[in-house]
Amino acid sequence: MIKGLAISTVWVLDQDRAKEFYTEKLGLELRTDMTMGEGGMRWLTVGAPDQPGIDLTLMVPGPPAMDPESAEMMKKLIAKGVLGAGVLRTDDIHGDYKKLKDRGVEFLQEPQERPYGTEALFRDDSGNWFSFTQHREGELDLEKDWSC
Amino acid sequence: MPAFSCAVRAFSRAGSLSVPRATIGNVDRMRQLRLAKDVIDRDWAEPGTDLDTLAARAGYSRYHFIRAFKAAYGETPGQYLTHRRIDRAEDLLRTANLSVTEICHLVGFSSLGTFSARFKTWTGMTPSEYRAKHVGRGAALIPGCYAMLWAGGFRTGPGAGARDGTGAGERNSGEAP
Repeated sequence: MIKGLAISTVWVLDQDRAKEFYTEKLGLELRTDMTMGEGGMRWLTVGAPDQPGIDLTLMVPGPPAMDPESAEMMKKLIAKGVLGAGVLRTDDIHGDYKKLKDRGVEFLQEPQERPYGTEALFRDDSGNWFSFTQHREGELDLEKDWSC
Repeated sequence: MPAFSCAVRAFSRAGSLSVPRATIGNVDRMRQLRLAKDVIDRDWAEPGTDLDTLAARAGYSRYHFIRAFKAAYGETPGQYLTHRRIDRAEDLLRTANLSVTEICHLVGFSSLGTFSARFKTWTGMTPSEYRAKHVGRGAALIPGCYAMLWAGGFRTGPGAGARDGTGAGERNSGEAP
Protein backbone atom coordinates (compact mmCIF):
# COMPACT_ATOMS: atom_id res chain seq x y z
CA MET A 1 0.00 0.00 0.00
CA ILE A 2 1.31 3.43 -0.89
CA LYS A 3 1.89 5.43 2.29
CA GLY A 4 2.66 8.81 0.81
CA LEU A 5 5.00 10.99 -1.17
CA ALA A 6 8.59 10.84 0.07
CA ILE A 7 10.82 12.51 -2.52
CA SER A 8 9.99 14.58 -5.53
CA THR A 9 12.49 15.75 -8.15
CA VAL A 10 12.88 19.37 -9.13
CA TRP A 11 15.09 19.73 -12.20
CA VAL A 12 17.40 22.72 -11.87
CA LEU A 13 20.15 24.29 -13.95
CA ASP A 14 22.83 24.54 -11.27
CA GLN A 15 22.96 22.76 -7.92
CA ASP A 16 25.08 25.33 -6.08
CA ARG A 17 22.78 28.16 -7.05
CA ALA A 18 19.67 26.07 -6.39
CA LYS A 19 20.95 25.12 -2.94
CA GLU A 20 21.43 28.77 -2.08
CA PHE A 21 18.03 29.74 -3.50
CA TYR A 22 16.01 27.00 -1.82
CA THR A 23 17.67 27.38 1.59
CA GLU A 24 18.54 31.07 1.87
CA LYS A 25 15.76 32.66 -0.16
CA LEU A 26 12.90 30.20 0.33
CA GLY A 27 13.97 29.20 3.84
CA LEU A 28 13.77 25.45 3.31
CA GLU A 29 16.21 23.32 5.27
CA LEU A 30 19.06 21.38 3.75
CA ARG A 31 18.44 17.65 4.22
CA THR A 32 21.32 16.06 2.32
CA ASP A 33 24.23 17.27 0.23
CA MET A 34 26.55 14.43 -0.62
CA THR A 35 28.47 13.25 -3.63
CA MET A 36 28.52 9.56 -4.43
CA GLY A 37 32.17 8.77 -4.97
CA GLU A 38 34.78 10.73 -6.87
CA GLY A 39 33.04 12.86 -9.51
CA GLY A 40 29.82 10.97 -8.95
CA MET A 41 26.24 12.05 -8.57
CA ARG A 42 25.54 14.85 -6.12
CA TRP A 43 22.49 14.05 -4.05
CA LEU A 44 21.03 17.35 -2.88
CA THR A 45 17.74 17.47 -1.00
CA VAL A 46 15.81 20.17 0.83
CA GLY A 47 12.51 20.27 2.66
CA ALA A 48 10.18 22.37 4.77
CA PRO A 49 11.25 22.41 8.45
CA ASP A 50 7.67 21.57 9.53
CA GLN A 51 7.37 18.62 7.16
CA PRO A 52 10.21 16.17 7.79
CA GLY A 53 8.78 13.36 5.66
CA ILE A 54 8.94 15.02 2.26
CA ASP A 55 12.14 15.96 0.40
CA LEU A 56 12.68 17.80 -2.82
CA THR A 57 15.72 16.53 -4.64
CA LEU A 58 17.37 19.18 -6.77
CA MET A 59 18.88 17.53 -9.83
CA VAL A 60 20.55 18.83 -12.95
CA PRO A 61 19.43 17.08 -16.15
CA GLY A 62 22.41 15.35 -17.66
CA PRO A 63 24.38 12.22 -18.23
CA PRO A 64 24.68 9.49 -17.29
CA ALA A 65 21.00 9.34 -16.33
CA MET A 66 19.93 11.38 -19.32
CA ASP A 67 21.50 11.57 -22.75
CA PRO A 68 22.98 14.95 -23.68
CA GLU A 69 20.24 15.80 -26.19
CA SER A 70 17.45 15.12 -23.71
CA ALA A 71 19.30 17.02 -21.01
CA GLU A 72 19.69 19.99 -23.29
CA MET A 73 15.98 19.94 -24.13
CA MET A 74 15.09 19.75 -20.44
CA LYS A 75 17.37 22.65 -19.62
CA LYS A 76 15.82 24.76 -22.33
CA LEU A 77 12.32 24.00 -21.07
CA ILE A 78 13.33 24.90 -17.52
CA ALA A 79 14.96 28.15 -18.65
CA LYS A 80 12.01 28.92 -20.91
CA GLY A 81 9.79 28.86 -17.83
CA VAL A 82 7.17 26.37 -18.96
CA LEU A 83 7.66 23.81 -16.18
CA GLY A 84 5.77 23.96 -12.90
CA ALA A 85 7.31 22.25 -9.89
CA GLY A 86 4.38 22.16 -7.47
CA VAL A 87 2.42 23.97 -4.80
CA LEU A 88 4.08 25.14 -1.59
CA ARG A 89 1.89 25.91 1.39
CA THR A 90 2.07 28.68 3.97
CA ASP A 91 -0.06 29.85 6.90
CA ASP A 92 0.80 33.51 6.34
CA ILE A 93 0.67 34.24 2.62
CA HIS A 94 0.88 38.03 2.84
CA GLY A 95 3.72 38.05 5.38
CA ASP A 96 5.68 35.36 3.56
CA TYR A 97 5.07 36.99 0.17
CA LYS A 98 6.69 40.17 1.47
CA LYS A 99 9.53 38.29 3.16
CA LEU A 100 10.39 36.23 0.08
CA LYS A 101 10.06 39.21 -2.22
CA ASP A 102 12.41 41.23 -0.03
CA ARG A 103 14.92 38.40 -0.29
CA GLY A 104 14.81 38.68 -4.07
CA VAL A 105 12.41 35.89 -5.06
CA GLU A 106 10.82 36.77 -8.43
CA PHE A 107 7.04 36.68 -8.16
CA LEU A 108 4.81 36.37 -11.22
CA GLN A 109 1.66 37.13 -9.28
CA GLU A 110 1.03 38.75 -5.93
CA PRO A 111 -1.32 36.96 -3.50
CA GLN A 112 -4.84 36.69 -4.94
CA GLU A 113 -8.04 35.25 -3.52
CA ARG A 114 -9.13 31.94 -5.01
CA PRO A 115 -11.94 29.56 -4.07
CA TYR A 116 -9.39 27.27 -2.35
CA GLY A 117 -7.31 29.95 -0.65
CA THR A 118 -4.93 32.81 -1.31
CA GLU A 119 -2.33 32.15 -3.94
CA ALA A 120 0.82 33.79 -5.28
CA LEU A 121 3.15 32.53 -8.00
CA PHE A 122 6.93 32.67 -8.05
CA ARG A 123 9.83 31.21 -9.96
CA ASP A 124 12.89 29.51 -8.62
CA ASP A 125 16.30 30.68 -9.81
CA SER A 126 16.26 28.17 -12.68
CA GLY A 127 12.85 29.11 -14.09
CA ASN A 128 10.48 26.54 -12.53
CA TRP A 129 7.27 28.09 -11.29
CA PHE A 130 5.65 27.30 -7.95
CA SER A 131 2.23 28.12 -6.62
CA PHE A 132 2.51 29.54 -3.11
CA THR A 133 -0.79 29.12 -1.34
CA GLN A 134 -2.47 29.65 1.98
CA HIS A 135 -5.26 27.10 2.12
CA ARG A 136 -8.77 28.28 2.87
CA GLU A 137 -10.18 26.82 6.09
CA GLY A 138 -13.25 24.66 5.58
CA GLU A 139 -15.22 24.46 2.35
CA LEU A 140 -14.34 25.92 -1.01
CA ASP A 141 -15.76 29.41 -1.24
CA LEU A 142 -18.13 29.29 -4.19
CA GLU A 143 -20.13 32.38 -3.30
CA LYS A 144 -18.23 34.71 -5.58
CA ASP A 145 -17.96 34.48 -9.33
CA TRP A 146 -14.24 33.77 -9.25
CA SER A 147 -11.99 34.94 -11.95
CA CYS A 148 -9.06 32.70 -12.72
CA MET B 1 20.26 4.92 1.85
CA PRO B 2 17.58 2.78 0.30
CA ALA B 3 15.26 5.71 -0.33
CA PHE B 4 17.14 6.85 -3.36
CA SER B 5 18.83 3.68 -4.52
CA CYS B 6 16.82 3.81 -7.76
CA ALA B 7 18.09 7.26 -8.50
CA VAL B 8 21.63 6.19 -7.75
CA ARG B 9 21.28 3.22 -10.09
CA ALA B 10 19.99 5.50 -12.83
CA PHE B 11 22.95 7.76 -12.38
CA SER B 12 25.57 5.06 -12.34
CA ARG B 13 24.36 3.22 -15.42
CA ALA B 14 26.50 4.86 -18.04
CA GLY B 15 29.91 6.44 -18.25
CA SER B 16 30.34 10.16 -18.07
CA LEU B 17 29.40 12.19 -21.13
CA SER B 18 29.54 15.91 -21.36
CA VAL B 19 27.09 18.38 -22.82
CA PRO B 20 28.57 20.27 -25.77
CA ARG B 21 29.67 23.70 -24.63
CA ALA B 22 28.07 25.53 -27.54
CA THR B 23 24.56 24.54 -26.43
CA ILE B 24 24.87 26.19 -23.00
CA GLY B 25 24.35 29.57 -24.66
CA ASN B 26 20.89 28.53 -25.82
CA VAL B 27 19.78 27.92 -22.26
CA ASP B 28 21.04 31.35 -21.20
CA ARG B 29 19.31 33.03 -24.11
CA MET B 30 16.09 31.19 -23.30
CA ARG B 31 16.38 32.38 -19.72
CA GLN B 32 16.78 35.98 -20.88
CA LEU B 33 13.64 35.69 -23.03
CA ARG B 34 11.75 34.20 -20.11
CA LEU B 35 12.73 37.12 -17.86
CA ALA B 36 11.18 39.48 -20.41
CA LYS B 37 8.04 37.33 -20.61
CA ASP B 38 7.84 37.36 -16.81
CA VAL B 39 7.80 41.16 -16.94
CA ILE B 40 4.73 40.99 -19.21
CA ASP B 41 3.06 38.46 -16.91
CA ARG B 42 3.71 40.64 -13.87
CA ASP B 43 3.46 44.19 -15.21
CA TRP B 44 1.03 43.87 -18.12
CA ALA B 45 -1.09 46.73 -16.76
CA GLU B 46 1.84 49.15 -16.49
CA PRO B 47 1.79 51.67 -19.33
CA GLY B 48 5.62 51.65 -19.10
CA THR B 49 5.74 48.01 -20.22
CA ASP B 50 6.91 48.66 -23.76
CA LEU B 51 9.11 46.97 -26.28
CA ASP B 52 12.25 48.87 -25.33
CA THR B 53 11.93 47.92 -21.67
CA LEU B 54 11.30 44.29 -22.53
CA ALA B 55 14.13 44.05 -25.04
CA ALA B 56 16.50 45.61 -22.52
CA ARG B 57 15.40 43.09 -19.88
CA ALA B 58 16.22 40.29 -22.29
CA GLY B 59 19.49 41.86 -23.37
CA TYR B 60 18.46 41.96 -27.05
CA SER B 61 18.08 44.66 -29.67
CA ARG B 62 14.42 45.38 -30.48
CA TYR B 63 14.67 43.66 -33.84
CA HIS B 64 16.22 40.43 -32.60
CA PHE B 65 14.10 40.42 -29.48
CA ILE B 66 10.82 40.31 -31.43
CA ARG B 67 12.05 37.44 -33.59
CA ALA B 68 13.60 35.45 -30.77
CA PHE B 69 10.55 35.87 -28.54
CA LYS B 70 8.21 34.72 -31.27
CA ALA B 71 10.42 31.73 -32.04
CA ALA B 72 10.30 30.69 -28.37
CA TYR B 73 6.73 31.50 -27.38
CA GLY B 74 4.80 31.53 -30.65
CA GLU B 75 3.70 35.16 -30.46
CA THR B 76 5.51 38.47 -30.73
CA PRO B 77 5.94 40.30 -27.40
CA GLY B 78 3.26 42.75 -28.54
CA GLN B 79 0.79 39.99 -29.30
CA TYR B 80 1.55 38.32 -26.00
CA LEU B 81 1.02 41.54 -24.06
CA THR B 82 -2.27 42.25 -25.85
CA HIS B 83 -3.37 38.68 -25.18
CA ARG B 84 -2.60 39.09 -21.45
CA ARG B 85 -4.51 42.36 -21.27
CA ILE B 86 -7.53 40.96 -23.10
CA ASP B 87 -7.57 37.88 -20.87
CA ARG B 88 -7.64 40.11 -17.81
CA ALA B 89 -10.32 42.29 -19.37
CA GLU B 90 -12.44 39.14 -19.87
CA ASP B 91 -12.06 38.33 -16.16
CA LEU B 92 -13.04 41.83 -15.13
CA LEU B 93 -16.02 41.94 -17.48
CA ARG B 94 -17.31 38.69 -16.00
CA THR B 95 -16.69 39.51 -12.37
CA ALA B 96 -16.18 43.19 -11.64
CA ASN B 97 -18.71 45.96 -11.25
CA LEU B 98 -16.79 48.36 -13.49
CA SER B 99 -17.64 50.11 -16.73
CA VAL B 100 -16.09 49.00 -20.00
CA THR B 101 -14.13 52.27 -20.08
CA GLU B 102 -12.77 51.68 -16.58
CA ILE B 103 -11.73 48.15 -17.50
CA CYS B 104 -10.12 49.41 -20.70
CA HIS B 105 -7.86 51.69 -18.65
CA LEU B 106 -7.26 49.17 -15.89
CA VAL B 107 -5.79 46.64 -18.29
CA GLY B 108 -3.42 49.16 -19.86
CA PHE B 109 -5.20 50.51 -22.94
CA SER B 110 -5.47 54.27 -23.36
CA SER B 111 -8.03 54.29 -26.19
CA LEU B 112 -11.47 52.75 -25.84
CA GLY B 113 -11.70 52.31 -29.62
CA THR B 114 -8.47 50.33 -29.79
CA PHE B 115 -9.45 48.27 -26.76
CA SER B 116 -12.85 47.34 -28.24
CA ALA B 117 -11.33 46.49 -31.61
CA ARG B 118 -8.60 44.30 -30.07
CA PHE B 119 -11.12 42.66 -27.76
CA LYS B 120 -13.36 41.79 -30.67
CA THR B 121 -10.45 40.45 -32.69
CA TRP B 122 -9.52 38.09 -29.84
CA THR B 123 -12.90 37.02 -28.56
CA GLY B 124 -15.24 37.61 -31.51
CA MET B 125 -17.42 39.86 -29.35
CA THR B 126 -17.38 43.47 -28.26
CA PRO B 127 -16.75 43.99 -24.52
CA SER B 128 -20.46 44.75 -23.96
CA GLU B 129 -21.59 41.64 -25.85
CA TYR B 130 -19.09 39.57 -23.89
CA ARG B 131 -20.36 40.92 -20.58
CA ALA B 132 -23.99 40.30 -21.53
CA LYS B 133 -23.19 36.72 -22.47
CA HIS B 134 -21.30 35.91 -19.28
CA VAL B 135 -23.40 37.67 -16.70
CA GLY B 136 -24.35 35.39 -13.81
CA ARG B 137 -22.08 32.52 -14.81
CA GLY B 138 -20.92 30.25 -12.00
CA ALA B 139 -17.58 30.06 -10.29
CA ALA B 140 -14.50 28.87 -12.09
CA LEU B 141 -12.61 26.31 -10.08
CA ILE B 142 -9.40 25.90 -12.00
CA PRO B 143 -6.51 26.99 -9.77
CA GLY B 144 -5.37 30.44 -10.77
CA CYS B 145 -1.82 29.36 -11.42
CA TYR B 146 -2.90 26.82 -13.99
CA ALA B 147 -5.36 29.22 -15.53
CA MET B 148 -2.69 31.87 -15.75
CA LEU B 149 -0.15 29.57 -17.32
CA TRP B 150 -2.80 28.11 -19.58
CA ALA B 151 -3.77 31.58 -20.70
CA GLY B 152 -0.12 32.34 -21.27
CA GLY B 153 0.43 29.22 -23.30
CA PHE B 154 0.08 28.44 -26.93
CA ARG B 155 -3.33 28.61 -28.55
CA THR B 156 -4.65 25.22 -29.55
CA GLY B 157 -8.04 23.68 -30.14
CA PRO B 158 -11.22 25.31 -31.40
CA GLY B 159 -10.49 28.69 -29.83
CA ALA B 160 -7.25 29.02 -31.72
CA GLY B 161 -8.82 29.42 -35.11
CA ALA B 162 -11.21 32.09 -33.93
CA ARG B 163 -8.44 34.06 -32.30
CA ASP B 164 -5.53 33.43 -34.59
CA GLY B 165 -7.42 33.34 -37.85
CA THR B 166 -8.43 36.97 -37.72
CA GLY B 167 -6.17 39.92 -38.15
CA ALA B 168 -2.94 38.39 -36.88
CA GLY B 169 -1.18 41.38 -38.37
CA GLU B 170 -3.53 43.87 -36.76
CA ARG B 171 -2.96 42.46 -33.32
CA ASN B 172 0.63 43.49 -33.48
CA SER B 173 -0.10 47.15 -34.06
CA GLY B 174 -1.77 49.86 -32.04
CA GLU B 175 -1.57 49.64 -28.26
CA ALA B 176 0.90 46.85 -28.09
CA PRO B 177 4.60 47.52 -28.51
